[in-house]
Amino acid sequence: MKLPFEHMQAAHCENGVTTSLLRSIGIGRITEPLAFGIGSGLFFTYIPLLKVNNGPAFAFRTMPGLIFKRTCVALSVPVHREKFRSREKAQQVLDACLEAGHVVGCQVGVYYLSYFPKEYRFHFNAHNIIIYGREGDRYLISDPVMEMPTSLSAYELERVRFARGVLAPRGQLYYPEKAEPVTDEQIARGIKKGVVRNIRDMLHIPGPIVGIRGIRYTGKKIKGWRDKLGPKKAGLYLAQLVRMQEEIGTGGGGFRYIYAAFLQQAQAFHPDEALSRISDTFTRSGDLWRDAAVQAAGIYKGRIGSQDDFNRMGDYLLEIAEVEKQAFQELSKIKWRS
Amino acid sequence: MKKEDIPQDTGAFGKITKEVQYATDAAGNYTTELSKGWEVKNSANDAAWQDIEERVRIARERVLKNEVSPLLYFMELKLMDIKVLAGYTGFWSWQIRRHMKPSVFKNLSDRRLQRYAEVFEVRVDDLKNILPQ
Repeated sequence: MKLPFEHMQAAHCENGVTTSLLRSIGIGRITEPLAFGIGSGLFFTYIPLLKVNNGPAFAFRTMPGLIFKRTCVALSVPVHREKFRSREKAQQVLDACLEAGHVVGCQVGVYYLSYFPKEYRFHFNAHNIIIYGREGDRYLISDPVMEMPTSLSAYELERVRFARGVLAPRGQLYYPEKAEPVTDEQIARGIKKGVVRNIRDMLHIPGPIVGIRGIRYTGKKIKGWRDKLGPKKAGLYLAQLVRMQEEIGTGGGGFRYIYAAFLQQAQAFHPDEALSRISDTFTRSGDLWRDAAVQAAGIYKGRIGSQDDFNRMGDYLLEIAEVEKQAFQELSKIKWRS
Repeated sequence: MKKEDIPQDTGAFGKITKEVQYATDAAGNYTTELSKGWEVKNSANDAAWQDIEERVRIARERVLKNEVSPLLYFMELKLMDIKVLAGYTGFWSWQIRRHMKPSVFKNLSDRRLQRYAEVFEVRVDDLKNILPQ
């Protein structure tokens, strides 16, 4: 059985799943950048005590699941979401959903994801894919970061749905229920709400490790890494920063570019010149993240590695923090239409 | 970033699929373009893998010196840490830490070893007797 579904590639998995799932119920106007912005996807945090793959834990976007949830709430689309204890039940419910004609989103771990290249298969559990049918033992999969649709056997799918470790998906599946057509008004309100929430996340969450202050904190920490960890481990930490920043499909501060694209598209709903100016600021921030990654690469490849080089690396992040702070402060001055 | 500046450095992922990248066109408007990958990103991934190989090598040496049980070697080989291993085996983290001691490991029942063996995708004998090259 194969549901009518058109595979669409995206820069980031959850944006892609959100956009495609909404499209599957006839809401075709939400592009990837709009989903990212309405879902207040832009974020930063560095959690010094938490270790991921033996390195420091960074995040460049909000908690997995929130982009989809917030976008659906903004558009008044009811969502069905379910986690499972039992693997059998998880498959039965999935089959029943497909039988009932629902294209389904699933959170999975990538370690056992057979169509991914081995080099990218770490124990990372916040990947999202779409299942749009079943032919015999094989489930038809649309993975938003891949160019083409693919498929997984029932066993392979069960394995990735029940990956363990941090953010274990527990078989989680979700889909939007049938919905009314979306109005311009709703999108405009969603944009406003998404931006306001993002301003709060980046500027106003208390504590030193989240948002703008988190970027600044990381920049300062990096300057001390060489002495504290030794050049080799410090290099590995920087490689981890770059890998988190680069996550598959987002390429180099990619979230900043997506946010810049969002602000451009937002102008169609809120005609305000300031938005395109602020969009340029986010482009600049994305460029700076990429420059920082190049600097980091010099260090972890061993081409450079003096204390000066670490200072420069830290300074990049301090500069980024300033640029993004300014961008969000300008965003908070916008007079929204609705 | 401008569209024409999108890097096209094929890496491990680029061999399988291209990735979508947001960038600006000549008029400054955002559009998407496919990228085969970026050298900076490829080398970050290489660095992570070199680290893993190093960890596996060190774990192997420590097992051979009988400082630690073979579980550490297999755990590193599967890119796991104690938390992930606890998730897959159903043991508590403190139990796994205990099982990492050679003196405790040699008295583990086959039933318990079987739980590890399944997760590591080896036979119980492999856990006990040999250390694969």
